[in-house]
Amino acid sequence: MALARVQLPARAKRGEAIEVRIAIQHPMETGFRFDLMGKAIPKNVIHSLRVRYNGAEVFAAEMGSGVAANPYLQFYTVAEASGEFVFEWVDDDGNRGSERASITVVP
Amino acid sequence: MRARRHFLSVLAGLAALPLARPVRAQAEIVAELVQKLTGGKPVTAGRVTIDTPRLADNGHSVPFRVSVDSPMTAVEHVRSITLLSDRNPRPLMATFRLGPKSGRAVVVTRLRLNGSQRVLAVAQLSDGSFWSGSAEVEVTESACLDMS
Repeated sequence: MALARVQLPARAKRGEAIEVRIAIQHPMETGFRFDLMGKAIPKNVIHSLRVRYNGAEVFAAEMGSGVAANPYLQFYTVAEASGEFVFEWVDDDGNRGSERASITVVP
Repeated sequence: MRARRHFLSVLAGLAALPLARPVRAQAEIVAELVQKLTGGKPVTAGRVTIDTPRLADNGHSVPFRVSVDSPMTAVEHVRSITLLSDRNPRPLMATFRLGPKSGRAVVVTRLRLNGSQRVLAVAQLSDGSFWSGSAEVEVTESACLDMS
């Protein structure tokens, strides 16, 4: 279970492009490192992240080992209606994580 | 004396190997990846802007902002942005999927860069065209992703 922090405005005007930020606690293990016993540490990165806003996908990312540990993403989306953002991700080990955030949209 | 000469020649070979090999080979790998991404369509340089430090102190985490000049409307928007490295052991770093509801074609993240290099961003637009932008990043402390 990974920890994550999501930041987006609590209130927004309809039609406004809002900034959404997410940071997930994850080592994004490259697979090129060795432990103290000289054994290769297997690759384990969050390879896919999806963001849905009131059920519709608004942003998705496919990542590899080229994304820094504790991946951070910032993107924009148009505020349409009050509701919920759902962030879902999965890593190479099959661990799934999710986070939610709600927004109030005023006309 | 002979042993020393032999040792020196091996040493010289070792020093030359990792320097000469990946740089040329990797450029071809990146070109191949772009080819695969576009399906053979031409990629025009422009419309894609990368904002990243010219000199990154630490390759483990390099702030990176990519934006595409697009009105982001239902008819004209950015579908995806792909980030490629010509120095990392895995050149394909990330792909972001956007849409008309994105409002602004801007993505910010932090990259892991294995040494000084040119980072390439390729954007696919809703009309099927491909645009690219690139940035040189000087990395003083490499992320050392591989053993080279």
